[in-house]
Amino acid sequence: MKRFAFLSVILLASVPTIALAAGAVEGGSKQAINWSAIGMFVGFVGLTLVITYWAAKRTASAADFYSAGGGITGFQNGLAIAGDYMSAASFLGISGLVYTSGYDGLIYSVGWLVGWPIVTFLIAEQLRNLGKFTFADVTSFRLGQTEIRILAACGSLVTVAFYLIAQMVGAGKLIQLLFGLDYWIAVVLVGGLMMIYVTFGGMKATTWVQIIKAVLLLSGATFMAGAVLYKFGFSPEALFTKATEVHPKKLAIMEPGTLISNPLSAISLGLALMFGTAGLPHILMRFFTVKDAQAARKSVFYATGFIGYFYILTFIIGFGAITLVSTDAMFLDGSILEKTKSGIAAIKGGSNMAAIHLANAVGGNLFLGFISAVAFATILAVVSGLALAGASSISHDLYGMVIKGGNANEQDEIRVSKIATLVLGVLAIFLGIVFENQNVAFMVGLAFAIAASCNFPVLVMSIFWKGLTTRGAVVGGFLGLVSAVVGVVLSPAVWEVTLGFAKGSAPIKLDNPALFSMAIAFAGIWLVSILDRSKRAAVDRYGYEAQYVRSQTGIGAASATAH
Amino acid sequence: MELVRQPVQAATAPREKGLPPWQKFQRIIQGIIDVSNLEKIERDPNYQELVRRRSSLGWLLSAVMLVVYFGFILLVAYAPKFLGIPLGGGVTTIGIPIGLTVIVLAFVLTGIYVRQANSSYDVLIRKIVEENRS
Repeated sequence: MKRFAFLSVILLASVPTIALAAGAVEGGSKQAINWSAIGMFVGFVGLTLVITYWAAKRTASAADFYSAGGGITGFQNGLAIAGDYMSAASFLGISGLVYTSGYDGLIYSVGWLVGWPIVTFLIAEQLRNLGKFTFADVTSFRLGQTEIRILAACGSLVTVAFYLIAQMVGAGKLIQLLFGLDYWIAVVLVGGLMMIYVTFGGMKATTWVQIIKAVLLLSGATFMAGAVLYKFGFSPEALFTKATEVHPKKLAIMEPGTLISNPLSAISLGLALMFGTAGLPHILMRFFTVKDAQAARKSVFYATGFIGYFYILTFIIGFGAITLVSTDAMFLDGSILEKTKSGIAAIKGGSNMAAIHLANAVGGNLFLGFISAVAFATILAVVSGLALAGASSISHDLYGMVIKGGNANEQDEIRVSKIATLVLGVLAIFLGIVFENQNVAFMVGLAFAIAASCNFPVLVMSIFWKGLTTRGAVVGGFLGLVSAVVGVVLSPAVWEVTLGFAKGSAPIKLDNPALFSMAIAFAGIWLVSILDRSKRAAVDRYGYEAQYVRSQTGIGAASATAH
Repeated sequence: MELVRQPVQAATAPREKGLPPWQKFQRIIQGIIDVSNLEKIERDPNYQELVRRRSSLGWLLSAVMLVVYFGFILLVAYAPKFLGIPLGGGVTTIGIPIGLTVIVLAFVLTGIYVRQANSSYDVLIRKIVEENRS
């Protein structure tokens, strides 16, 4: 049965080659077919399917499925976390942002990174000591299971949904450009492969897909940045000098530009990026794949190193693209160049393609193929991690703990999880197609805002504040969730750009609502908790001591492996 | 089918009025931690040292990261021209090393914490676990 399924996925993987012939005839805005890219991508998919087959044979228990049996080492998990976090949006988006605005790209990179130390200092070890499969295990440790699990599932699923839609739409657009495939084929392909990885291989396969992708992405980016610096005699000053000469904004690319105009908006975005990282369910879930708190802590250290290094590379790549891509007619759209006289604006496929064109400029067609395949692999890996987190929340938190009251049969729970993955996959494909022509840029920001305003406050208060009660967590958590969603809808990005109301009419001027939605969440949690005189509240406060001892020492923590 | 069952932990709480709080508590979290050891662990000087050292370092480093990052954001928001001051007559501005320093600092602070934890917290934890093995 399994073998049959495996064969059929290989068949599925060869669909792009067939569909490609059709796609190429239609032409349009798509790139020419890139055979080396296709070849390397098929190679990557083949390798990951072999891994999935291997992992499927070793995935029997719930612990295998949710947390790879706790058998991932700190270093491997560090790579996998970096893999989860270095999405195509950050690779192509940040290098594209550097390409158009220079220094502004660095501001974003810094924001994406600074959440990691906080995760290390305050969350990683405690999470591993208290939890088993999902972060709701931690928040519901001493609080009312039913209410807290429902809250956590809402927070997780909404975060995952928005993040997933953004990734799917981005994936469709990108693959259309890179491989010359139709948008819907690209979305179906990504969704289909994601369902295979997660349902057959669970966390084990997902982790190894992340690790391979992280290694490929880091090596590709290193080569690119190295090649750029080599062209300038390893002198950043020479690179910057040339970039300021050819960029229409001249010296302005070396300082903060128009990206951050409103100080409150900047602080709000900073809060969302910093604390959202510590509330993303697919990231938090990774801490349960290692054997103990020590490994959890080491894995964030490695991850912080890899991610920081990667962002420095994207900065160099962005500047490299300014000097090598915007000056080469091969990568520019002639008619736009005619109109704007700016190589930056005329880049084929938009600024997100800066890194891809640079790959061609420094490494020729073969390396272009490699980077394109890596970008696709990146999307696949990230959506798989998201789908697994969403499915775990449904099967472990909602089915296992709420519906079955903690007495679910392990095999039933795994089955629910696989069904949930399929449902999420189909839903993601559907929404990906629905949102094809929508501006989805705000969705990642929204995912971070919800993670920072719902998941993070409840998690951090449950670990560190004795006074937290079930009622306080539920009220504050939902307040944070609702205010984050409302805040995004009323922000300029959605109110004016997506919904089309007049410019300047947005009721809330902040691009990201974290500043007030986090404040509302924390205030709600605090106020409702201190006013809570229920019997349940007494139990909640009473359980804190034992929880604290376990979070500090790991005594009684879920054992690593079920083998 | 019974759709929503009372969760394990909450089930025991309100009905057992007669029991002393300690026993009530024991029932609530049975199976999660060996409760008879809880008081003993809390009195253990190794445990007290672990908690004191870990939380002071953890919160201190978090505060450093927060101050540095939001200091950087405030510079971006209120003093973008300061970040645009060229270094030594070239085109590289002071903002570049500042931005890169925040990135490197994030890694270094994480490293400091992990080093401390590996060298001293783990030793303390091992002692606590050994002493309190029932």
